[in-house]
Amino acid sequence: MKQRTKLGSEAGKHIVLIVGALVVILPFYLMISFSFKSPSEIQSISGGFFGAQEMMTDHRCLKAGRSEVECTMLPIVYNYRAAFEEAPLLRYLLNGVIVTLSIFAIQVLIALPCAYALAKLKFWGRDVVFGLVIFCLLIPVHAIALPLYLMLAKFGLTNTFAALVIPWTISVFGIFLMRQFFKTIPDDLINAARMDGMSEFSIVWKVMLPSAIPALLAFAIFSVVAHWNDYYWPRIVITGDRDLMTPPLGLRMFKSDMDGNEYGPMMAAATVIVAPLVVAFLLAQRRFIEGITLTGMK
Amino acid sequence: MAEIQLKGISKSFDDNKVIKSLDLSIANGEFITVLGPSGCGKSTLLRIIAGLESQSSGDVIIDGREVNNVRASERDLAMVFQSYALYPHLSVQQNLMVPLKLRRLSRLERFPLLNWFLPKRSSKMIELNEKVLQAAETLQITHLMERKPGQLSGGQQQRVAVGRAMVREPVAFLMDEPLSNLDAALRVHMRAEISELHRKLKTTFVYVTHDQAEALTMSDRMAVMMDGEILQHDTPSEIYNNPVNLQVAEFIGSPKINVLPAESDSKGGITCMGLPISLSMKTPKQGSIMLGFRPEHTELLSSNSNNCFEGKITYKENLGSDIYLHVNLKEDQHKMIVRSEPDKALDAKIGDMVKIGWMVDKVMAFERNGQSLPTKSKS
Repeated sequence: MKQRTKLGSEAGKHIVLIVGALVVILPFYLMISFSFKSPSEIQSISGGFFGAQEMMTDHRCLKAGRSEVECTMLPIVYNYRAAFEEAPLLRYLLNGVIVTLSIFAIQVLIALPCAYALAKLKFWGRDVVFGLVIFCLLIPVHAIALPLYLMLAKFGLTNTFAALVIPWTISVFGIFLMRQFFKTIPDDLINAARMDGMSEFSIVWKVMLPSAIPALLAFAIFSVVAHWNDYYWPRIVITGDRDLMTPPLGLRMFKSDMDGNEYGPMMAAATVIVAPLVVAFLLAQRRFIEGITLTGMK
Repeated sequence: MAEIQLKGISKSFDDNKVIKSLDLSIANGEFITVLGPSGCGKSTLLRIIAGLESQSSGDVIIDGREVNNVRASERDLAMVFQSYALYPHLSVQQNLMVPLKLRRLSRLERFPLLNWFLPKRSSKMIELNEKVLQAAETLQITHLMERKPGQLSGGQQQRVAVGRAMVREPVAFLMDEPLSNLDAALRVHMRAEISELHRKLKTTFVYVTHDQAEALTMSDRMAVMMDGEILQHDTPSEIYNNPVNLQVAEFIGSPKINVLPAESDSKGGITCMGLPISLSMKTPKQGSIMLGFRPEHTELLSSNSNNCFEGKITYKENLGSDIYLHVNLKEDQHKMIVRSEPDKALDAKIGDMVKIGWMVDKVMAFERNGQSLPTKSKS
């Protein structure tokens, strides 16, 4: 009797989880599926996951005056070729890499010493400063977007990489996360480093950083995911120059370039944009979960 | 090699006075132990010497140089921590290398990549590697060089921590309860090894512990510290045999010293619980005093003895080599611990009445407030 109810509750849990997983996965499924199919299959919602992969002819290609042989291909090839040809997708990806990596690098450069000072040094007003950090965590980005934009515009920085990077260089979340982690590092280790002759900055980079790799990895994923996927901010500060666009922004431009029902190439582009993150997550999955839970450490 | 002097050191955390105007001088090459119960400020004192904590007032003088405002890294002291505090991400070899690199290489020579092009660096590195190897040989950890601290046992980590302190030949070693995380057998073993190391290096050692066995066995001199003050600073035997007050007497020695109330008359004669004692005060003063005597200075007497204490056994501890009997004295609530040879007390049972004698010349007298009083035997 008891066992049956236990089984029931286990099944209940799994049903809830499966439904949740489906809700999350479904858009991804559609995105990938659409990126494989021909326009007609997309319209009629037929062809299963892969589509029939029948040869199709690209009408715009014909209009451009090329031969029929040249313009006939598999839908999957058509979609992905269009994604890379119609828009500078590689350029967007490269921009995304430049922006997210420079944001992360500078965030680490700033957050680690700050977190170290807040966690391990005693100075007047430390608690107030930490209170401010917590307070800043509560400020939504959108609330300060306008003043930020105005400031950047005053310095003539709109439509530059700097505009994409500078506002995010100080991550209060990063400071908070690393501070909490540094708190768990024993004082003795830092004192030992001081006795060995290290300066405070050397302690940050040579002692704290190596012992904080799991936390840093978690922060890296938060930061990279957030800024890789960010649409709002690039949309505000990048107004004209296509060479500066990040992937999500590029995707938006892509949509307006193609005629309205070209979902295949668009989904192909979206797949390409999402892929690096998914791959990175799968590779770092274990460390990532380790870093987020921050338990079982040491 | 250094002598360390502390002059009028005090330290408060907020309103909490942890160290109260403390003076201590440590001679060159001396092994001194600071012994005290936990929370007495002994670790804080060590950290003040190290420069990891700044004193509220007073001076720290190392080799005649006042170092109050000198950073920990520039005092040239080495410290071994209770938790060993090894760098978890570095191998043993690298752990030992860190202090050497930081002291012997210039900033430029430590700079990544660039340092490959500096001509003197490689010869220096060879020299440093040799030093590391030497230290590892002394501590017998050469086979562990490639391991990370996480893969070492407590005792091995402890050796590496000592090694890291040793390699750069500091002017003095500071040790903060280095053995307290080890198991009992290893602790006894490491005690001997650290003493041996001190004999070999002939450097000043300041050793903080709450374990009196460590203090008594290892140190040239020991400082007994309580409530932020040093109560007595002397050789272990002097502290054990002639404690300056009852507090020290009660803290040192295991099991604890027995204390009984007594009366002294105007001629200096002493009676303890009605028994006249063949001991007198050097400066006669009438009043009530306390007598302290250690368990090993008592003995079980035969049942027909007179003029002795009598009491009921409440607890028996058999340590193999000795048997300790806890006795409630007959006259009142006073308790006493008696050490006895095993064969004498083997059939003593809890609840038995026993007669107890003491070695009168080993009895110490204290004033009511705990201050030690000089005595002499009546001859």
